[in-house]
Amino acid sequence: MVADHTVKSFDEELKRLNQTISQMGGLVEAQIQAAVDALMKRDAEAAAKVVRDDARIDELELQASNLTLRLLALRQPMAVDLRQIVSALKISSDLERIGDYAANVAKRAIALSQQPHVRPMHAIPRMARLVQQIIKDVLDAYVDLNAAKAVAAWQRDEEVDEMYTSLFRELLTYMMEDQRNIGPSIHLLFIAKNIERMGDHATNVAEDVHFLVHGRALDQIRPKGDQTSFAVLATAPGSGTGKPEEVQS
Amino acid sequence: MASVTAEKTREAPMRTDADTQVGPAAASQEEMVEKISIRNLDFYYDKSHALKSVSLPLYDKRVTAFIGPSGCGKSTLLRVLNRMYDLYPKQRATGEVLLDGKNILLPNQDLNLLRAQVGMVFQKPTPFPMSIYDNIAFGVRLYERLGQAEMDERVEAALRRAALWGEVKDKLRHSGLSLSGGQQQRLCIARGIAVKSSVLLLDEPCSALDPISTSKIEELMDELKNEYCIVIVTHNMQQAARSSDFTAFMFLGQLIEYGPTEAIFTNPKNEQTQGYITGRFG
Repeated sequence: MVADHTVKSFDEELKRLNQTISQMGGLVEAQIQAAVDALMKRDAEAAAKVVRDDARIDELELQASNLTLRLLALRQPMAVDLRQIVSALKISSDLERIGDYAANVAKRAIALSQQPHVRPMHAIPRMARLVQQIIKDVLDAYVDLNAAKAVAAWQRDEEVDEMYTSLFRELLTYMMEDQRNIGPSIHLLFIAKNIERMGDHATNVAEDVHFLVHGRALDQIRPKGDQTSFAVLATAPGSGTGKPEEVQS
Repeated sequence: MASVTAEKTREAPMRTDADTQVGPAAASQEEMVEKISIRNLDFYYDKSHALKSVSLPLYDKRVTAFIGPSGCGKSTLLRVLNRMYDLYPKQRATGEVLLDGKNILLPNQDLNLLRAQVGMVFQKPTPFPMSIYDNIAFGVRLYERLGQAEMDERVEAALRRAALWGEVKDKLRHSGLSLSGGQQQRLCIARGIAVKSSVLLLDEPCSALDPISTSKIEELMDELKNEYCIVIVTHNMQQAARSSDFTAFMFLGQLIEYGPTEAIFTNPKNEQTQGYITGRFG
């Protein structure tokens, strides 16, 4: 970014912190991919590995928070350094949370591997790919201090929300077709929700990047595509369509 | 005075509280009064141009910190504020320094009166070689004729406000030089307070003090700013960040950036400021 510090070891410590964040980001992306692969291939063993591997992300988060504490205590950072260190702390905690969601997806993949196939599952890889892309973009934006890129990724989260809303509707219909679908459908709905939440944490990271670069919070309101909180089922007796009502917003 | 502050013209990059979302200066938002207005101030040591068109406000009941590398002009600026430079030949200032709206650079300014109003404390403690009591009383006697009881009261009040009374009340007749460095520094502050000054200039007041004495001086500044306009020159960035409401960064005789301390230390607008406070300078 700017010129080097007069004290070289300060730069080295900052670099280590950034490397830890990048490493966490890489692991998180891989975990999402592995969890979704395990889900689609109905591979319980691979899913169990994803659950186990989450510990590595947790470890890195601890490492990042130790580095942060150390930098704050020993270097008394100011201005852009201060913003960088505080952002790194917040980003590491968002990444850790995304990792948890990946592990949750994997746990439900194990449960789903023992149940009949759920048709609407086809939407999951597409949703996950988009979330992975957003996470990748915000982390690249972090490394390059590119606030514009972070904001662009931040806006794309709306698409994830829309995919989630549409899957939500599809699953409602699917469950109404046959009540035996309800168990696996609920697992799948939670999986979709976990992925949707990953996107939300990625937007937090994007906001941190904006703060890091500009020194002030992103003051736009993020467009939201998740309308499921407002969805209602047709409950009128004899309506008989078996279709959920149009989502009200 | 109000009309004077209303038509202020500034050239240096000015920032307002609106730039920060929160902050000590923003939090205690009773109206801020410009105690001193520095306008287009130039200063020369003979031929060397030490201050270049410096303009900034110094607010009453606020602490303003001057930071910058050695030789940037921050101490020079402080010395203009009570016309300390008048003691030396070939030093001159042009522009305006308005204290309560009155230009103190005018030749008809009563310097004794000015220095009573604008007290100064230096890097090295400078107690007079006399008793603690007389250190305080000496200055008062120059300006006022007080009876013994009144003088006792004045000395005690000044020592109390300088947070020194408890430590020296049983040895007021001891030499001021017998005190520790931190106590001597607080004695010098008490000396400034006793003559009913309204502005305190502190030139690196803690650079020779241990952390405990430093904290005491900072706590004292925090107390005193309820009644004074305080200006501190410091090389200690953390001290400026901790103890001031406004910060001015100077470099090569110019005011580079001025603003609320929180804004300067979290999000400086100028690259040189950023370089200096993050340790990437030169």
